[in-house]
Amino acid sequence: MFQGRIRIFFRQWQLQSMVIPGIVWMLIFCYIPMFWLIIAFMDYSIAKPLFESPFIGLKYFEEFATDDRFWRSIRNTLGMSSIKLVLGFAIPIVFALLLNEIRSLRFKRTVQTISYLPHFIAWTIFGGIMLNWLGEGGVINQLMMGLGLQDRDILFNSEPKYFWWITFFSDVLKETGWSAIIYIAAIAGIDPALYEAAELDGANRWQRMWHITVQSIRPTIAILFILAVAGILGSNFDQIFMLKNNMNLQMAESLDLYIYNMGLVSGRHSFSTAVLFARSIVALILLFMANYASKKLSGDGIF
Amino acid sequence: MEKRSGLRRIGVFEVMNALLMLAVCFMTLYPMWFVLVNSLNAPEYATLGTANWFPKAISFESYRVVFNNDNLMNGFYITTLRTVIGTAVHVLFTAIIAYGLSKTNLIGRKVYMKIALITMLFSGGLIPTFILMTKLGLYDNFLVFIIPAMYTFFDMVIFMSFFRTIPDSLEESAKVDGASDYGVLFKIVLPNSMAVIATIALFSAVYHWNDYYQGVLYIRSQDIVPLQTMLFKIIAENSMTFMQQQAMAQFGARLPANSIKFASMMVATLPILLFYPFIQRYLVKGVMIGAIKG
Repeated sequence: MFQGRIRIFFRQWQLQSMVIPGIVWMLIFCYIPMFWLIIAFMDYSIAKPLFESPFIGLKYFEEFATDDRFWRSIRNTLGMSSIKLVLGFAIPIVFALLLNEIRSLRFKRTVQTISYLPHFIAWTIFGGIMLNWLGEGGVINQLMMGLGLQDRDILFNSEPKYFWWITFFSDVLKETGWSAIIYIAAIAGIDPALYEAAELDGANRWQRMWHITVQSIRPTIAILFILAVAGILGSNFDQIFMLKNNMNLQMAESLDLYIYNMGLVSGRHSFSTAVLFARSIVALILLFMANYASKKLSGDGIF
Repeated sequence: MEKRSGLRRIGVFEVMNALLMLAVCFMTLYPMWFVLVNSLNAPEYATLGTANWFPKAISFESYRVVFNNDNLMNGFYITTLRTVIGTAVHVLFTAIIAYGLSKTNLIGRKVYMKIALITMLFSGGLIPTFILMTKLGLYDNFLVFIIPAMYTFFDMVIFMSFFRTIPDSLEESAKVDGASDYGVLFKIVLPNSMAVIATIALFSAVYHWNDYYQGVLYIRSQDIVPLQTMLFKIIAENSMTFMQQQAMAQFGARLPANSIKFASMMVATLPILLFYPFIQRYLVKGVMIGAIKG
């Protein structure tokens, strides 16, 4: 049996030679970094070979657990994620629902196509625009003063208290159309006969929207919500890295940025890896919980 | 649907909704319009502040500075090179793995799939990856853009599920004619997979074009810094000095730093804007495939 399999293995050497380089790639670029997480438990120095570094157990875990800056980064991450989740989650759904009410197919398509565009613009560009708008004499200041909401320029991006909101609104501006795609697709799959039946029963627009459209796309909404909750420890690094500065860092430093700053700016590899390790464990637990929740809700796991 | 809607009158809701959608379009397009307007605004007005709607007078001076700036043009070249090579390598490498793994009679397939699946659940993260790149000699090396981005699990799964939909009879008849597995892949399977190849290639290309972070992390030599990384440094870290010097040398202090910023932002986005109308349907298709499989 075993020998037979070996014989087949060699007979299908062409297929094997397609797959094995990929497996080797994964071993190098995914598994070796996983293995290197071990330096979280060592006093590692990049100049020395790995096994010359001493094991120090959980020292760095204790150290970050008592670091105020670490807890600040947890607060910032959860703060930004929560705003996104509580206020932001429904926005693409509402957009998809309203877009669905547009009758002209051509207008609908055009709006849809235009709404995706900012997703494909780099954060360097989009962040650059935001920084300009939020700065002295920028579009936001002009607007606020024009509306009489403030009487002089505010340097929004230099004041920490605005940072979470800046990330929230710039994310809404950039990603709403793109996030709506999946809902638009789900809505497109609804049987039109349902709407006709509801109309005959005398349901008005809002009743149809709620009882048919929203109810039909509920599984999609549930899965995306679960995924969003599971990703609560993540942050949009490209965005934050672009918008942060020395003035707003106390509200801008997310967990990702904390790991970056401690590990690569301050060069504390082992310490940062300890944070990374702890975060990976929590993220993995969240992912399995999300998978379980999704199985319960829709009978289908995420993976 | 069409017949039904023809019977209904246009009410307040329809008007408000259409206006709302127009507002969405405006908010979506305005940021890039703002960049365009200010990159074209003539220096004498640009020094007074940004223009919100239209340039007061059109001038191409800031573009002249950008196109004459060797640093920026080299960044543009590096980004283009990385996008072309990176995309080609990613598509080819991922497709080949996916084809092998799509064969159910492949010995060891279960193990291979487990190895691949675990990478989706758990990863080493920033610091271990950084150390690995350093040890592999990819630090400050152009290949750091290409090799780590050769493969993604997600794209592999998309390829795999697409390959399964290609009828077996097609492949078998080629085999009967004496084609090898590679022959079947390159002569039969890939030519029949152009839609999915286009989709994955486009996502990969957008990633390569827009990524600035790899450059920030790994690149120190000025001659292999991608355009987006330069923009990051110019905009976020405000290191305008070299461009300002050049602008001053050419135009005196007339041209404000902001104009050059906007012009370089426009140049960096132009390829995306130009291709966007043609490629957007593939991009949407990609999300659909991804949504079903993911």
